Amino acid sequence: MIQILKRNVVLFLLLAPAPAFADTLDSGDTAWVLVSTALVLFMTIPGLSLFYAGLVRSKNVLSVLMQCFSITCLASLIWLFFGYSLSFGDGGSMNAFIGGTSNFLLMDVTREALSGTIPETVFVMFQLTFAIITPALVIGAFAERIKFSAMMLFTLFWMLLVYFPICHQVWGGGWLAEMGLLDFAGGTVVHMTAGVGALVAALVLGSRNGFGKINMSPHNLTMSVTGAGMLWVGWFGFNAGSAVAASADAGMAMLVTHISAATASLTWMFLEWMKSGKPSVLGIVTGMVAGLGSITPASGFVGPIGALVIGIFAGAICFTVTNFMKRTLKVDDSLDVFPVHGIGGALGTVLLAVFIADSFGGAGYSEGMTLSSQLKVQLTGVIFVAVWTAVATFISLKLASIFTSTRVSGEAEEKGLDVTEHEEKGYIL
Amino acid sequence: MKMVVAVIQPYMLDNIREALSDAGVHGMTAMDVKGFGRQKGHTEVYRSSEYVVYFLPKVKLEIAVSDDQVEQVVKVISTTANTGKIGDGKIFVLPLEQATRIRTGEKGEEAL
Repeated sequence: MIQILKRNVVLFLLLAPAPAFADTLDSGDTAWVLVSTALVLFMTIPGLSLFYAGLVRSKNVLSVLMQCFSITCLASLIWLFFGYSLSFGDGGSMNAFIGGTSNFLLMDVTREALSGTIPETVFVMFQLTFAIITPALVIGAFAERIKFSAMMLFTLFWMLLVYFPICHQVWGGGWLAEMGLLDFAGGTVVHMTAGVGALVAALVLGSRNGFGKINMSPHNLTMSVTGAGMLWVGWFGFNAGSAVAASADAGMAMLVTHISAATASLTWMFLEWMKSGKPSVLGIVTGMVAGLGSITPASGFVGPIGALVIGIFAGAICFTVTNFMKRTLKVDDSLDVFPVHGIGGALGTVLLAVFIADSFGGAGYSEGMTLSSQLKVQLTGVIFVAVWTAVATFISLKLASIFTSTRVSGEAEEKGLDVTEHEEKGYIL
Repeated sequence: MKMVVAVIQPYMLDNIREALSDAGVHGMTAMDVKGFGRQKGHTEVYRSSEYVVYFLPKVKLEIAVSDDQVEQVVKVISTTANTGKIGDGKIFVLPLEQATRIRTGEKGEEAL
């Protein structure tokens, strides 16, 4: 009798809905975000590292790997000291633009502290992986000519002046969030900041010597394609993980992320096939990145049809802008960060306003929003982030140049950064 | 004795080796080189970035032959490596003063 009673009580407690008045730790959510964190870190080391490293000339392969690795470490420490606090803390009177410094050294993040249904430590880590990959993306702009010390300094200033403020404004309770800007996983925070930052850096530093004349083709596309595969898989953590829950949103985010990647890859591949006569492997993986970057802001809000359309637009538009930047404008954004991430991220952020509609299988407009009002909000966000990033990136470069020259000498550039900046050789054959 | 030096397309190497073997030539040295003749100045494109390529990968063959073999060796290489396109390569014949087989010490045509 007692046994039956006990069993029924246990069954009732298991099946009854959890009390809604307090967030408790959900192990499913926590497990998923833990995994996503690992996936997103994997995107930087070694996903992006390999992708980028394969694209440069062999004499610079180590410099790229070194930059990605050192940024991973540097960004982590900056995050610990004040990054997380500035991004997600309460900034008091400045909270519209930036968080506060009270959570310096993560002193308020205890073992038991929760952020929603997951431990705050997990949230800190998950967001850290985003703060790592964003400056790592930027290095594509000044690859093969930046001084290592200058890059470290630039990254420090850039995170302070661009990443933490924008992250706070979009995700940390700042004014863009208040305005209703929707950015599920970082179309503005990650891709636009990286893309615009890269463009400004490429313009300020100037083109590589011999750009447009000598052969600067990728030295190891096998490495790049390997990295690309890691990026695609890791992106499931980036987008689906941004649901910060093992939920329906996560499931849909993973699905749409995948569809956009596949669609944009083929779109770019076919466009290049028509334009140059052959489908290239470099083209298909670049298309993939464009598709992934574009779907990022929209991943929690759109459905499969939206992802398909976004993928097509991403492939086509990013392909066109890449050609335009390189051939017409002749800007040496060495690894095409701006046309792929900058334009891609902006594109997805704007198209989100259309495909969030439930008639397209999206999550539906927020309370009181319509296509035109959401579109306005998204455009405002995109323009603001672009302008802030451009100005703040310029300032960051100037600040870094107070301490050291930013570009290596012509002779060093000719010899290669591996031997001149690191005294190492990538390949000893 | 003569040294026949041929600069050829890398993918032709095996065909030439086989053809020379059929013609009774069983020794040669091959090396990877870079070069251009009339094939210079062509433009290549990657991810819409254009650049001019000068040096192209080639293979250089060195074959030491006796004077009476020269004509045939040159003909065999010419015929085998000919595709009719710019970039097929060139053959040079240089005088060869001396030859020694290291293992046995044989000299002259005996060493070839």
